[in-house]
Amino acid sequence: MTCEEAEILLHALIDGELDAGHAREVEAHIATCPACAAQLAAYRQMSRQIADADLRFTAPAGLRLRIEAALPQPRAQAPSRRAVLRGFAMGSAASAIAATGLVAIVLRSDDEARIKSEIVSAHLRSLQAGHLTDVLSTDQHTVKPWFNGKLDVAPPVIDLTAQGFTLIGGRLDYVDARAVGAIVYRRRLHVINLFVTQTASTEPRAAKTETFQGFNIRSWSEGGLNYWAVSDLAADELAEFSDKFESAAKSSAAG
Amino acid sequence: MPGRRSQAGRAPTCSNQAGPTTMPVNAANDDPDKARRFRDAALPCLDDVYTLARYLLRDANDAEDAVQECFLRALKHFDSYRGPAMKPWLLAILRNVCHAEYARRASAPTATIEDVAETAEQTPLWSETPDTPETELLRGADASTIRRLVNALAEPFKETFVLREIQNLSYREIAGVAEVPVGTVMSRLARARAMLRSAWLAEQEPPK
Repeated sequence: MTCEEAEILLHALIDGELDAGHAREVEAHIATCPACAAQLAAYRQMSRQIADADLRFTAPAGLRLRIEAALPQPRAQAPSRRAVLRGFAMGSAASAIAATGLVAIVLRSDDEARIKSEIVSAHLRSLQAGHLTDVLSTDQHTVKPWFNGKLDVAPPVIDLTAQGFTLIGGRLDYVDARAVGAIVYRRRLHVINLFVTQTASTEPRAAKTETFQGFNIRSWSEGGLNYWAVSDLAADELAEFSDKFESAAKSSAAG
Repeated sequence: MPGRRSQAGRAPTCSNQAGPTTMPVNAANDDPDKARRFRDAALPCLDDVYTLARYLLRDANDAEDAVQECFLRALKHFDSYRGPAMKPWLLAILRNVCHAEYARRASAPTATIEDVAETAEQTPLWSETPDTPETELLRGADASTIRRLVNALAEPFKETFVLREIQNLSYREIAGVAEVPVGTVMSRLARARAMLRSAWLAEQEPPK
């Protein structure tokens, strides 16, 4: 390769426009030609300086506005139903809605995951010595009034001893930065924490069981309250607990 | 159309990359939906188009007029647009607008830019920097100084240089915009850099 050829091709080398074969040829020439090597270094340096300096111009705001104004504007009158539908079918409106849905779903499951993790944490804390109950009583008529004035809700405290779940007391806890009532039951050696919070929705929600960090969480909503029962009990026994609690709560509310 | 979806979901950027936005063929010129698609695709390139106009025309007011004309022409031809990428397409339109402006200026009794360019292109490359030591490094210069030096370049060299160094177009895209073979792009770019470098070095020499 001659210096005249290299003088052109070294620019393509700097710009990454050479294929591997030509790049090797230019590099081979440069390795043996100090003059071309110096040129390459000098132009590399210049390209870097040019890249570092901001040589672009920013369009004046007025120009942008004039171009926007020159574009056909959406019709002034209310769009026809067909136009609306077409808008949905095409591009950004549809994807904007899809994106909103996605965000909502992400937030919701994030929220649920966070609350689940806080509930399990609260359950674990309660199992540490001396933290299980603030009021220690197997008598629901002692536990229920204890919550008065401590919470913005009156959690139903139901004695399920006859059904195999012994009420052992109540506790004030914190989940999602809010004070919640925890009603504590025992089944054999297993502790069940039943967390109760207020919910904005009065819609009843059927119970479902989830597992988090090896604990079963059974959650449901009823009468404007959210319930989470957490335990290391087997899922079927925890389901039995929630069924019995719900039916007892209904009959006590009815009675 | 997966292309449409990803295009719409992303924040608008002015892309050098290939892949034209898909366009329906029959949209009328006053179709607001077409205007919206045009706006989404073309307006992110506004600064790029304005930058090239400033370098090609030097005058800020002429540049604004040329950019506005460029966007109007682009909208008119948007239905038949199938590529290249939006940015080189707009820059090619702008270049044509600017050349019409040159033609208008050429009718004025001053030396035309094209005449200067032709003679400059015939000068051999290696005569450009014979007496400067090759190892001498450029000292840093501020943007306005470099802009002035770039603006002093003769026309086809300046155009090639700006498209490469400021607009980051590939040689092939530059060839498309300037309507010349890739080989010409390479020789013009080499000449442009040689001229800029010697002008830059002359700038930093103490006045004699």
